[in-house]
Amino acid sequence: MSINWFKYSSPQTFYPLAGKMIPWFVWLATIFAIAGLYISFAVAPTDFQQGEAYRIIFVHVPAAWMSMVIYIVMAGWAALGLALNARLSAMMAQALAPTGAIFTLLALVTGSLWGKPMWGAWWVWDARLTSELILLFLYLGFIALQASIDDPRRADRAGALLALVGVVNVPIIYFSVKWWNTLHQGSSINMGAAPKMAATMLMGMLLMALAFWMYTVAVALMRVRCIMLERERSSDWVKELSVTAGGKL
Amino acid sequence: MQWASWSAFFNMGGYAFYVWFSFGLTALCVAWEVISLRKRSKAALRLSKILAQG
Repeated sequence: MSINWFKYSSPQTFYPLAGKMIPWFVWLATIFAIAGLYISFAVAPTDFQQGEAYRIIFVHVPAAWMSMVIYIVMAGWAALGLALNARLSAMMAQALAPTGAIFTLLALVTGSLWGKPMWGAWWVWDARLTSELILLFLYLGFIALQASIDDPRRADRAGALLALVGVVNVPIIYFSVKWWNTLHQGSSINMGAAPKMAATMLMGMLLMALAFWMYTVAVALMRVRCIMLERERSSDWVKELSVTAGGKL
Repeated sequence: MQWASWSAFFNMGGYAFYVWFSFGLTALCVAWEVISLRKRSKAALRLSKILAQG
């Protein structure tokens, strides 16, 4: 059996599909968050060096992961939109940017809140922190650029170019702790090496990352639905929907 | 369980400010994002309804 994927590439058919998917991702995010928070605070032991302050890791690392993952996915959608001239792909890229910016901000702020008690400084200009700050500016630049161009198709193309150029920053963030001498510690998880942290700590971090991931899908779908309604305001399907749905969502 | 009492839990070994600020801000961001998207969707539908009937 084959699925006709192109059927779902038009906003009109994707809108109700996205609406059906959102509650599932909200539930998954909630379940993973409850399990993750329980392990983070009730099961994971106190760190022998950092005391309880290390528990910031359970939001800091997942937020930092998501800030990079979302950027790559966003740039991927933007590239697809550029290559195929597909409006839904461009809308997906646009829908992901604010959530990516929020996770980047959270990674920076929680990192700062962890740095102060452990390093004695809220901020240092080391390669990891600086490249993550540049990521925040890339997200904000993408959002501002799209907002500043009235014609949505031109805005999509300009945004896509910016997103694609900015992709080069993601490996710089990821490998910064290897390439340079940073105050920031090395990777929490290394492929091909045994984890250096307790299994319960790792478990808490992974569950929180899954919760953030499911949350991201849910809010990106919510936002892409808003973008569809706003951009296709004058089309018949949005008008019909607004009348039949009334004010309810 | 890691904690002798609730007050020990809230105290976070002396790091209460840093730990609870981190988790609290994350929760606030999540709540703000979801609420603002709900509002945005309703506003878009409302405007389209006016356009459809106007």
